[in-house]
Amino acid sequence: MSLVFLIFLPLLAALFVPLLFKKFGKIHTGWFVLVVPVILFIYYVSLLPTTVTGGTLVSEFQWIPSLDISFVSYIDGLSLLFTLLITGIGALVVLYSIFYLDKHREQLHNFYVYLLMFMTAMLGIVQSDHLITLYLFWELTSISSFLLIGYWYTRDRSRFGALKSMMITVFGGLMMLGGFILLSIMGDTYSIRELIPQATELVTHDFFIWALVLVLFGAFTKSAQFPFYIWLPDAMEAPTPVSAYLHSATMVKAGLYLVARLTPIFAISGTWMWLVAGVGLFTMFWGSFFALKQKDLKGILAFSTVSQLGLIMSLLGASAAGYHIDNIAETTFKYAGFAAIFHLINHAVFKGSLFMIAGIVDHETGTRDIRKLGGLMSLMPISFTVAMIGAFSMAGLPPFGGFLSKEMFLTAMLSLMEFDLFSMDVWGILFPIVAWLGSVFTFIYSFYFVFHTFAGKHQPEELPKPAHEAPLGMLISPVFMSLLVIVIFFIPNLVGDWLVKPAVLAMQPFLYNSPDDIKIHVEAWHGFKPEFFMTLGIFGIGFLLFWTLRKWQKSYDRFPDTLNALYNNIVFLSDTGANRFSGIYMTGFIRSYLVYMFSFVIFIVIGTLFLTDAFAIDLTNLAPVGFYEIVILIALVGSTLTILLSKSRLTGIIALGAVGYSVALFFVIFRAPDLALTQLVIETISVALFLLAFYHLPQISRKEERMRFKLGNALVAIGVGVMVTLVALASHSQKALPSISEFYKETVYSEAGGGNIVNVILVDYRGFDTLFEIAVLGIAGIGIITMIKLRLTKKEERHENK
Amino acid sequence: MEIIMSVAIGFLFMAAVYLMLSKSLIRIIIGTGLLSHGAHLLLLTMGGLGGNSPPVVADGVKISDYADPLPQALILTAIVISFAVTSFFLVLAYRSYQELGTDNMDLLRGTEDYE
Repeated sequence: MSLVFLIFLPLLAALFVPLLFKKFGKIHTGWFVLVVPVILFIYYVSLLPTTVTGGTLVSEFQWIPSLDISFVSYIDGLSLLFTLLITGIGALVVLYSIFYLDKHREQLHNFYVYLLMFMTAMLGIVQSDHLITLYLFWELTSISSFLLIGYWYTRDRSRFGALKSMMITVFGGLMMLGGFILLSIMGDTYSIRELIPQATELVTHDFFIWALVLVLFGAFTKSAQFPFYIWLPDAMEAPTPVSAYLHSATMVKAGLYLVARLTPIFAISGTWMWLVAGVGLFTMFWGSFFALKQKDLKGILAFSTVSQLGLIMSLLGASAAGYHIDNIAETTFKYAGFAAIFHLINHAVFKGSLFMIAGIVDHETGTRDIRKLGGLMSLMPISFTVAMIGAFSMAGLPPFGGFLSKEMFLTAMLSLMEFDLFSMDVWGILFPIVAWLGSVFTFIYSFYFVFHTFAGKHQPEELPKPAHEAPLGMLISPVFMSLLVIVIFFIPNLVGDWLVKPAVLAMQPFLYNSPDDIKIHVEAWHGFKPEFFMTLGIFGIGFLLFWTLRKWQKSYDRFPDTLNALYNNIVFLSDTGANRFSGIYMTGFIRSYLVYMFSFVIFIVIGTLFLTDAFAIDLTNLAPVGFYEIVILIALVGSTLTILLSKSRLTGIIALGAVGYSVALFFVIFRAPDLALTQLVIETISVALFLLAFYHLPQISRKEERMRFKLGNALVAIGVGVMVTLVALASHSQKALPSISEFYKETVYSEAGGGNIVNVILVDYRGFDTLFEIAVLGIAGIGIITMIKLRLTKKEERHENK
Repeated sequence: MEIIMSVAIGFLFMAAVYLMLSKSLIRIIIGTGLLSHGAHLLLLTMGGLGGNSPPVVADGVKISDYADPLPQALILTAIVISFAVTSFFLVLAYRSYQELGTDNMDLLRGTEDYE
């Protein structure tokens, strides 16, 4: 079976979802959908033996061969790990959603189409080896996430959240595309596999730092890092299965995947290490700090996701240290990469179960407001147990998976203090301190989440529905995940060998040759080391602060929500600001637009004349000045002045006629008899038409007044006149080639059999011009008749805005 | 002669542009009329004003003595086209007087509730 086509299997299945929903409405559509991730999961598990020894699988499908664009499915430890998360948690989420979403009230065909579309997009991101198709799938996740967040599209908050996440992630996606294109220009290939061996040459390239920063924009927006995390809390308006799947386990990890995948290319640079580790760690602290401000269960989880993603991101950044250390296998620097991947698995498992519990609480009590909840422990014992396991794992308590990853996180952060490149020796001390602070807050909000929901006093009068335990089907997935949390604690090395080490190999291919080279043995107990005392501190201080939480939680009100305010202002400004800006110059007056056009033409033409030094006057080869010409010229200028200065419009029309007749006289003088004839006739008709239009002027505006002098208009007009004169002089003085008219003069009688050269040109040499000039005249005639005859508006006064 | 003509054409263009920037619809159309006169004269002047006899074959005239026929053919076409456009434009103005009751460009800005 071709691996590339497996990526598209969910999308293919999505085509049949509406049919199944309409035809088999009695069975919940989710049961049919469930088959897809289960099959995929089982298939992908069968690939594990290949990657566990460091093997890879590649499958390619040409899409646009001429542009070297293809779908490439590249399976190694890292992509297989993500693939298993996507399909495995996908299956559990679909199972949960079957019981969460009502088959009669909800539009299930929409929901499952979006979800399957998202699954294809995620599989595509993690398996693509081609930068352009990776970007294609990346945007597909943005779009399907947008659709899923706005699933209840009749709610304002849903639409707002969907739009916000779309704006921010698509912004990042476009930046990332720029980075990808720079990468492909530098390396002359779109394939990530082929870029990795060139890493040492790429780092010296001028574009390198640009590509690095742009790619990080994409990763940070998608993975909700500071300051782009603001879309994630608003995305909590989505149905809970979506939050569990997209916004905890899969989509937000796409950015982490990207960073891990491109680590071998960028990690040599100190900028990369500082940005990824620094932003990640700051996000970890920031998210955990503000999680305690939230009153909504899913809001707490959203901030906790932000914080945990920051933690993993900082570990990915710290793993870059490995590229600058000799003999990494014997130092503590080796832990960072391993811890990142290990915690990524842990987080996907416990955060998925926590979201599902939040959904269950919402479903069974009707509210997610933590101030109304409390005392559900005895009413919902299974949910409580699952929530406790998940939250304790998140807080880093033994005997849960989170404990192990937190220990390794502290080890990795402590090791950064000893790193002496990129001025880490000065600032490195900050890393373990911030990490420790973040961990304390993580501990507090984990307890806050569980105990303020399930412990304390039960307030039945506050709840919209009487609380009771969820149906069994809804509990299967979270219970299964919480079992996994415990299992991971007891068999960490099995997980490490099968999943983590192959992924670390993909992330640090320069350091290890095979997964067996990674000598890390995860232990729950490793003696009285600094990590141990830090953990004790986290537990002690965290517990004390949690105990007194009610006393100091109110002080959070003092922190304003500046980042969201900033986002709202940017959106407001780009909307009304752009409107106002275009309102400034789009005045609706034709005069303004003409002034813009004329001044721009003057500017570029005169500018070009002088910049290219194109102006020249040649006084040879001029026709002599004659007496009659001067007289006619005076008549022409005089009548033009009359038009400008006359008070009456009638005088203006007659003066225009005078201009036309003097032009006809010019044609006589300059030996153009046909022109003179035509000009005389046409000028006569035109003047008659002008008089007709003048006669029908409405009475009110018949009041004659002289045109008022306006300096601005006059300047523009003089500019145009000067420009035309300069261009005419310059072009007449610099004729490059002789005229082709000699040919017409010589052959007019011998070839065309005519004596009037102008007429022969019009109907013989260049007859096409004449044909279409006749067409112009005909169209103008038809247009005039239509305008006069066709009166549609008389029937009713209508306007499109009414 | 060409230099004097160039200056005169520049003057015609200047007057035309000044009229086109005014408020009254009929002055704008007069402006376009002046603009086409200027353009036609420019075509003729740029073709060269030399040549002693009109471009009609006659006995005893040397080929180099004929005025250049090509610009004349071009101008003839241009005159007819500008006439067609001007007459269409004039009837449009006449109809808009009839329907809208004004020729002031400042008042012709779309309807009030357009904003």
